[in-house]
Amino acid sequence: MSTKKVKAIAATGNLSTGFREESLCRAARGAADFIGCDAGSTDSGPYYLGSGSARGAREVTKHNTSLILREALQAEIPAIIGTAGYAGGRPHLQWMLDIVRELARENHWHFRLAAIDSEIDKEDLVKALHAGEITPLDPAPQLNEAVIRGAERFVGMMGVEPFQRALGAGAQVVIGGRASDVAIYAALPLLRGIPKHVAYHAGKILECGAASVAQRMYPDCLTAEMDQEGFTAEPPNPEMRCTVQSVASHTLYENGDPYLLVESGGMLDTSGTQYQAVNDRAVRVTGSRWVPFDMYTVRLEGAALVGYRSVAFAGVRDPLVLRQLDSYLEDLRRVIEKKVSDSLGWKREQYVLSWRVYGRNGTLGALEPEKENIGHEVGLLIDIVAPTQALAAGILSIVAHTGLHHPIPEHEGLISNFAFPFSPPGMDAGPVYRFCANHVWRLSDPLGPFAMTMEDL
Amino acid sequence: MTELWQLTKLIRSKNAGPFKLTFDIMFRNAKGLRAVLKSGRLSAELFCQLYGAPLDKVQFFVLEPLLAIKVTIPRPVFSGDLNDNDVYGGQFHGPLVRLVIESTESCTRE
Repeated sequence: MSTKKVKAIAATGNLSTGFREESLCRAARGAADFIGCDAGSTDSGPYYLGSGSARGAREVTKHNTSLILREALQAEIPAIIGTAGYAGGRPHLQWMLDIVRELARENHWHFRLAAIDSEIDKEDLVKALHAGEITPLDPAPQLNEAVIRGAERFVGMMGVEPFQRALGAGAQVVIGGRASDVAIYAALPLLRGIPKHVAYHAGKILECGAASVAQRMYPDCLTAEMDQEGFTAEPPNPEMRCTVQSVASHTLYENGDPYLLVESGGMLDTSGTQYQAVNDRAVRVTGSRWVPFDMYTVRLEGAALVGYRSVAFAGVRDPLVLRQLDSYLEDLRRVIEKKVSDSLGWKREQYVLSWRVYGRNGTLGALEPEKENIGHEVGLLIDIVAPTQALAAGILSIVAHTGLHHPIPEHEGLISNFAFPFSPPGMDAGPVYRFCANHVWRLSDPLGPFAMTMEDL
Repeated sequence: MTELWQLTKLIRSKNAGPFKLTFDIMFRNAKGLRAVLKSGRLSAELFCQLYGAPLDKVQFFVLEPLLAIKVTIPRPVFSGDLNDNDVYGGQFHGPLVRLVIESTESCTRE
């Protein structure tokens, strides 16, 4: 049994949000074994996976990556980045690799770079579906052959194994496509003999960077030193501290079950975990359990194009309009549908027109328990989704003009009911996607769909 | 009359992936947590009522050592779908904040 300790640094919770340079330097110059960073999530919705666009400014990601690479290369420890470009698809991975190559060129850095692809080809997915290897989670959208072929992009969420293969092949910098956040941090410690219950729980605490400190004033780094029994979490920034409460409650965050965390190949059970303050800034975590599964599965994520969106925002302040807002909007909808049908030849089933009424129930919609409480004004978000951008824009223009002058019985003559803050009143918001999979894929080989390429820079 | 927020340090909702919502309610002290549990006001049934979740899909956890209640439900609309109003799920907790806890004893002080 190894007595060696492994110290992991999480640069931050998301590569695009950044961290303090001093914090990373302090951590990396204190005998650490690797720097990890998660660069993505599904949290911002299906757009990024669907469109292939990365989230955030390229320059920001480049700056943050340069600090991570500089410190890792100087300390001669690996840097591991997962879920490149926010969604981890092929275009996202290429975007991130371009940044890394550019940094190497500009700084005359030389290292072995591993890239791990996680985009799943649709034909492979159709085959897996027919072979019964795909199982829905609960709840899940319907996934069949037509949905797969019609979707924009799928990714599989890799576990620790593809990272371990890259590290085993001597990679100093590993850039992963879609990856379990926890796997980024558990891969190397497991290779060095740290037990699974320690590595996976440390990974869960590290994955959001300094989010598990008592008061996170800004995004920053976190470290975890792992051994055979447990790990100690500590922020390198002297202004931050981990407390028993802050570390213990982090397993709640964005996690449906407070004690059980399902990963590829097993599950972390923290129901018996002990948290102990080492000092006023560091917390020792022991007693978690790893429950292995019979099957090895990876989570699938997919996005499908729904249409194209145009939006406009308008204020409504006339109390006579407000007191009949529902009937006013319904009546307006009928007039609009007729105009769109007459002038553009599109039926109401072929596009979606919706209003969100801010000031009444814009946030909760039909679930709003206080929707009768209308204020002295409302903000009306007019949302059109149609099969083409041109059509969405065309319908929006009809909505804006018709809505502006739509009458109410109390006022005679031409009225203008919508206060548009902008000219033009609306804007094109581009393609709209939806998540089309919440499934797991049973793999006989954890490396199976995750092709690796190596290059020496 | 005590409202839920007067007993808590944090009331939040958030996506637990694009298909689920999770609510974390962290109390100031054990007395507040006990008062809320005793009142029966914060229950799995309440989440059915407020968010239209089927009762058998509501996961309701009481975490006494953390002075927390955690509730997870299927998302009423998947994150980012056409009818979704809250991609991150961060404002679904609104109706819980001023939930009246039917307790006459003062539970704000330990």
